Amino acid sequence: MAPFSMSLFSDVPQAPPVAVFKLTADFREDTHPQKVNLGVGAYRTDDCQPWVLPVVKKVERLIVEDESLNHEYLPILGLPEFRSAASKVALGDDSPAIKENRVGGVQALGGTGALRIGAEFLRRWYNGVNNAATPVYVSAPTWENHNGVFADAGFKDIRPYHYWDAAQRGLDLTGFLDDLEKAPEYSIFVLHACAHNPTGTDPTQEEWKQIAEVMKRRKLYVFFDSAYQGFASGSLEKDAWAIRFFVSEGFELFIAQSFSKNFGLYNERVGNLTVVSKDNENLTRVLSQMEKIVRTTWSNPPSQGARIVSKTLNSPELFEEWKGNVKTMADRVLLMRDQLKAKLQALGTPGTWDHITQQIGMFSFTGLTPKQVEYMIKEKHVYLMASGRINMCGLTSKNIDYVAQSIHEAVTKVQ
Amino acid sequence: MLRPQLQYYSEEGKPFELRLVGKIKQQLSTDPTLHPEYPSSLGLREFTRKATEVALGKHSRAIVENQVLGVQTPGFTAAVRLGAELLRCWYDLSADWCGPVYLSSPCDDSLAGIFQAAGIQEIREYYYWDDKQRGICLERLLEDLESAPEHSVVVLSASAHYPTGADLSQSQWAVITRLITSRRLFPFLLLPTQALCCGDMERDAWPVQHCASLGMELLCAQSFSHCFGLYGEAVGHLLCVLKQNSVLLPVQSQADKIVRSLWARPSVGGAHVVTTVLSNSAHLVEWQGEVKHIVERCMLIRAILREKLRLLGTPGRWDHLTQQGGLFCCIGLNGEQVEFLSNRRRVYLLPGGCLNVSAINCRNLDYIAESIHLALTSSL
Repeated sequence: MAPFSMSLFSDVPQAPPVAVFKLTADFREDTHPQKVNLGVGAYRTDDCQPWVLPVVKKVERLIVEDESLNHEYLPILGLPEFRSAASKVALGDDSPAIKENRVGGVQALGGTGALRIGAEFLRRWYNGVNNAATPVYVSAPTWENHNGVFADAGFKDIRPYHYWDAAQRGLDLTGFLDDLEKAPEYSIFVLHACAHNPTGTDPTQEEWKQIAEVMKRRKLYVFFDSAYQGFASGSLEKDAWAIRFFVSEGFELFIAQSFSKNFGLYNERVGNLTVVSKDNENLTRVLSQMEKIVRTTWSNPPSQGARIVSKTLNSPELFEEWKGNVKTMADRVLLMRDQLKAKLQALGTPGTWDHITQQIGMFSFTGLTPKQVEYMIKEKHVYLMASGRINMCGLTSKNIDYVAQSIHEAVTKVQ
Repeated sequence: MLRPQLQYYSEEGKPFELRLVGKIKQQLSTDPTLHPEYPSSLGLREFTRKATEVALGKHSRAIVENQVLGVQTPGFTAAVRLGAELLRCWYDLSADWCGPVYLSSPCDDSLAGIFQAAGIQEIREYYYWDDKQRGICLERLLEDLESAPEHSVVVLSASAHYPTGADLSQSQWAVITRLITSRRLFPFLLLPTQALCCGDMERDAWPVQHCASLGMELLCAQSFSHCFGLYGEAVGHLLCVLKQNSVLLPVQSQADKIVRSLWARPSVGGAHVVTTVLSNSAHLVEWQGEVKHIVERCMLIRAILREKLRLLGTPGRWDHLTQQGGLFCCIGLNGEQVEFLSNRRRVYLLPGGCLNVSAINCRNLDYIAESIHLALTSSL
C-alpha cells in the first residue's frame, strides 16, 4: 500500500507535446531577426498580426450596449438563432432539407466540441447501441486531433483512408475510392468539406460525385468537418458545394462547423454540429440524445461568440459586411500563394510548384522532405511542420522573399 | 424547467448582471491589447492563477510549493467532467482504479451522469440531508464513508450545498477530514457559488483550504457564473492539489491531452472579466459590495419566509431556513407535496423539495408561503 505521503498520481507519465504547439514554442524562443512562423493555424495580416474582423468589432459593441440582452444560461443545445443561422450558412438559404424541417444544430465549443459531440452520439447510437467497434476512417494525412476526438469518444477502430499522393502531389482518388469500396458497411468517414487540413487539396466536383456514389452504395456514414467555409475560396457557396451536394443526394449526415477562422473568433469557441436527418421525427429524437450528451460535457455553452455570429448572420447588412471581411482574408492567402509560386519559379527552384496555387485554404503541402524541413528550421529559422505543411497566413510581403529563398536553398542543398 | 431556476434572480424577477461586470465588459470591448488568438488549452494563465488563489488563499503552502494545477474550463459541469476524466484515466494507476464515486444524497442530478460519461460506472450515495432533522445527519454520513472502499472518491460540497443549502460546519469538517485521511479516500470538492453563501470568499472556500492545509490531494470544481452574474459565459475552473510537485507536470500534460479532445480550449470572454475584477483592489471592493447585497437579500427572504410560515401556523420546524446560507434551501416536502405545489399552485421546486431563495420576491412571497402551508396542511 502506498504511504500516505505519496501522490496517487505518481505513476502518471508525461504526455508528449503536440507538434504544432511545440513548433510555436520553439519559434517564440528563437531570437533570429528574420524568423518566420509558418506553423501557426490562425490567420495573420500582412503585418503578421491577428485580425479582429471589422464586422466583429462592430457587433461586439452592439452587444455590449444592448440593455435588453438577458444574461441567463443558454439552453443546453445553445442559442437557437445561432444554431439555425449556422446550419443555414452551411446548407444554403433555400435548402430543401431545411424547408422540410429535418435539419437541426447543436451549439458546441468550437469545431472540436462539435466533432466530439457528434462522435459521442455515433458511438452510443449508430450501427447498434454502444457499438465502439464501428470503424472510423480519417484521411491520410488529416488534422491529428481527429484521431484523439474519436478515440476518446470510445471508438476502438480508427483507420486511415488514402488521400494524399506524395508522388503526384495531389489527391489519390483511386486509393480513396478503393478504401471506400473495401470499408465495412456502415463505417464512418470523416470528410473535409473544403480546404483539406493539412494538404490543401480538395476533390473536384466530379471527384466528389464519385465519392458520394460509392458511399451511398456501401452505406457509409458521412461526417463532414467544415472549419474553413468562405475562407478557402472567398465564396461561402463554393466552399459548401460538397456538403450541399451530399445533402441533395439524400444522405443523413453530420457537419462539424467551426467559426474560429472565418470569424476570427478563435478564443470564443464558436462551433455548431449540424444534423441532417431523414425526417423531423428522427431529428427530434437525435437532438434529444445530443442534449443528454452535452449535459454531461459542458452543460450550457458560452454565449458571447454565438451571439456575435448569430447577429451577423441574421442581419442582411452585417452578413454582407462579414462576407467582405472573409473575402479579404481569402484574397490575401490567394495572393501569397501566387507570389510564392512566382518567386520560386523566378529563382529556378527545381521541381514544379503548381500545387502551391492549386491547393486551397490556409495550408499547403509543399512537398519538402523532413531533412529539408529541418534545414529550413535550423539554418533559416523558418518554422514549418515536419510534414512540409506551411500556413500561408504566416507569409507577408515583408518575409516572402526570404521564405522563397530559404525554400530554394533547402531544395537545392538538401536531399 | 429546472436549469433556469439555478440562477440568481433580482427583486424584479430577472437574472441580472452585476453593475461592475457591465462596466468591465464595456472596457474590455474597447481594449486594443486583447487579441483574438487561441488561448492555451489550460486557459488564461492570469485567470487560473486568480481562481487558484481565491480557492486556496494566496499564501497557501501548496501554491508556494508548486503542487497546484489550475485549468480554466467552459463552466462548472466541464470542470467536473475534466476532473472525472483525470480520475478515470490517471488516479491510482497501479490499482487499476475505476470507482466508486460517492455523491451526497440528494445532489445535483447531473453529477452521476458526468462521472459515467467519463467512464466511471460505479456511483454510490452517502447519507447527507435528513428530512426529519431538516439538516445534515453526520452520524449516518460518517457510517457510509467508513464503509467506503479505500481510494474511493468522495464528492463534497464546500459551501452552499445544492440543492439543500445545508453545509457542514467547521467542526464537522474536522471529523470528516480525519475519516478521509484514515480511510484513504479522495476528496472532490464542489465550489459553484463562492462568496454567495456568507458574502465572504474566504469563508466559503474554508473547506478547500482546510483540506489543502492537511496535505491532502484533492480536486475542486469552481464556477464564477453565480458570483459574477456571468451565467451565459461558462466560466469554470478545475483545481488540482497534489502531494508532490514532481507529479505536477505529468498531470498537467495529461489534463491538456484530455481537454484537447473535449473542447480544445476554453472561451475567454468571461474569464477576462473575472480576472480583471480579482486583480484590482478597487474593483474587488466594488464587487464585494454588490455580492454582499445579493447575500443580504437572500438572508432577508429566508427570514421573512420563516416568519410568514410561523404566522400562518404552518406545521414543522423552520429554523433551518435561516440557519442555512446561499441561494438554495430545502423546505423538506415529500413527493406528493411537491407535486401538489406544481400541479395545483404552479410553484415549481427543485428536486427533493428545494427552492431557489432568490426567486422569491415581495410580489410572490405571500402566495408561496400560503402554498407551502397548504401543501403541508391539506389532506393529499
